[in-house]
Amino acid sequence: MEYKISNRLRLTAIVLMIVGVLGVSYSFVTSGKTFEQVETMLANESHHGGGHGEEAGHDKVADHDTHASEESHAETAGHDNAESHGAHAEVDEHTKHVNHVMHAMHKRPWAAIYVAAFFFFMIALGVLAFYAVQYAAQAGWSPLLLRVMEGITAYMLPGALIVLGIAIASGLIGHYGLFVWMDPDVVAHDKLIQGKSGWLDITWFGVRGLIFIAGWWLYRHFSRKFSIAQDNADDNKNFKKTFRISAAFLVFFLYTESMMSWDWIMSVDPHWFSTLFGWYVLAGMMVCGITVIAMITIYLKSKGLLPKVNDSHIHDLAKFMFGFSIFWTYLWFSQFMLIWYSNIPEEVTYFIARFNDYQLPFLGMVAMNFVFPLLVLMNSDYKRIPWFVIMAGIVILVGHYVDIFNMIMPATVGDQWAIGIPEISSILLFAGLFIFIVFTALTKAPLEPKRNPFIKESEHFHY
Amino acid sequence: MEASKVIHAIYTDDDVLMAAVKKVKSAHHHIEEIYTPFPVHGLDKAMGLEPTRIAIASFIYGCIGLTVAIVMMNFIMIEDWPQNIGGKPSFSYIENMPAFVPIMFELTVFFAAHLMVITFYLRSRMWPFKNAENPDPRTTDDHFLMEIAVHDNEQELSNLLKETGAVEINLIDKAH
Repeated sequence: MEYKISNRLRLTAIVLMIVGVLGVSYSFVTSGKTFEQVETMLANESHHGGGHGEEAGHDKVADHDTHASEESHAETAGHDNAESHGAHAEVDEHTKHVNHVMHAMHKRPWAAIYVAAFFFFMIALGVLAFYAVQYAAQAGWSPLLLRVMEGITAYMLPGALIVLGIAIASGLIGHYGLFVWMDPDVVAHDKLIQGKSGWLDITWFGVRGLIFIAGWWLYRHFSRKFSIAQDNADDNKNFKKTFRISAAFLVFFLYTESMMSWDWIMSVDPHWFSTLFGWYVLAGMMVCGITVIAMITIYLKSKGLLPKVNDSHIHDLAKFMFGFSIFWTYLWFSQFMLIWYSNIPEEVTYFIARFNDYQLPFLGMVAMNFVFPLLVLMNSDYKRIPWFVIMAGIVILVGHYVDIFNMIMPATVGDQWAIGIPEISSILLFAGLFIFIVFTALTKAPLEPKRNPFIKESEHFHY
Repeated sequence: MEASKVIHAIYTDDDVLMAAVKKVKSAHHHIEEIYTPFPVHGLDKAMGLEPTRIAIASFIYGCIGLTVAIVMMNFIMIEDWPQNIGGKPSFSYIENMPAFVPIMFELTVFFAAHLMVITFYLRSRMWPFKNAENPDPRTTDDHFLMEIAVHDNEQELSNLLKETGAVEINLIDKAH
């Protein structure tokens, strides 16, 4: 069945993008505060605090331990020594604190837009991997959903280019707002980053990013082409070709996805590393991707456009949402427990920063991504109720946005985080772009891949 | 009251069996039991059986397992012989909880799985050394057997069953 994007949806997407662009521009323009402005702002804040003034001062001093290793890489290793010279400590502390707050304010719009861009890109990439799995496994239940997945993966290329673009721009014009290893001054004073400079180099970073994206895009391009050619074919040649390239893509994807997650996320904390980080990001990616497949499928079905999709398909998608949520938790916990247990200073700072400054988002995210799906999606009858799946999906998506937020923010804005205009307008901007591109792509081909060799099995799919 | 006479209708295909079950049910005959060599999807619904309650039992067993794990680890590692866990000698269960999560998870799964299997066996009246109940050994290989109670309607029933594709129809006297 042919789909035509409704004017209301297109208008919504455009409005979201316009509001987003306005908000993002506003937050970039207002973030460029000078030292004096920040100083007066902080002074006003502590006066307002009144009796809390003393307490607040204490917090700031205490926080410095974490920042020394976490946030202000800019102040680097020499900083610890400077601190121990007690003589001009009073003045230094003040300047350092104001500087710290000022840097965080400069970085915030960069970090906010990066988190949102990555979140929406990750949905499309997760769906692309899930799509390849359907072909590689020759799945019989899913062919009716393949066109929905193809629509979502249309966002992969623009989304990935935007993420890479922001990452590189932050190094070139953004005063190293995201990746401190892009700053030659920082590297000059940092032995650990020097040791990694063979990998963490801005040119090589860009080149490998483009190689990853090119590989993913080639798969997306050819699988889509064969999928459409299969509609009017009289044999299964196109399907077999997709089967082969899907298997090859999955191998390429698992390597490049891991490297992408080190590059684009883990390297914001260049001292820290986790060997299962690629898996962890992959798990979040898959949950979000499958959740969005379920949501768009339910939306299109409610318009009567996917008449052959039955509640067993929804049930299976919800099972995947449930399963990958548990998988995500398993990896989250594995990463956390090993670092917590071994208690090695350079590893454990990562979680100390999150427990000290990000307690609510950090623990709230575990509740939203684990406890909530576990309890809500456990019952098999609930997995077949469309509005129930949508509600659970919204919570899962918000939870995984917060997950990405927790990955990027502590290393960039540190304890100066908030959810305000920069964050929300970035989400609106990319949500609008995502809706616009995905639903435009859905109009380009019939929603039912009618000559897929497994389409009969999918139509009769019954759990 | 159980009928003393039953008909055993034998099928050789699960799809034919499913169609037959629907037909027999729509003719308002009571199917006592069906023996199959493997689980047939949707058969319970077609027969009109009540949904299983094993999921509820499983949830309860899981909660018991979780509780056992917490109480046990608290006694062993905190109270009886306090341990310095991961270089953090806080001797508090909640602060050392990450170290106990794997055990909490394992015992939840262990209790849920084992007790659920045992419950299933007992509820199905299966225990060690019990004689097999299935009336025809071919149902363990490639045949499906439907057992229907007869209430002086033998002829009508066997005609109906023949129509549904049964390969064999036997009248069995189940006199005790």
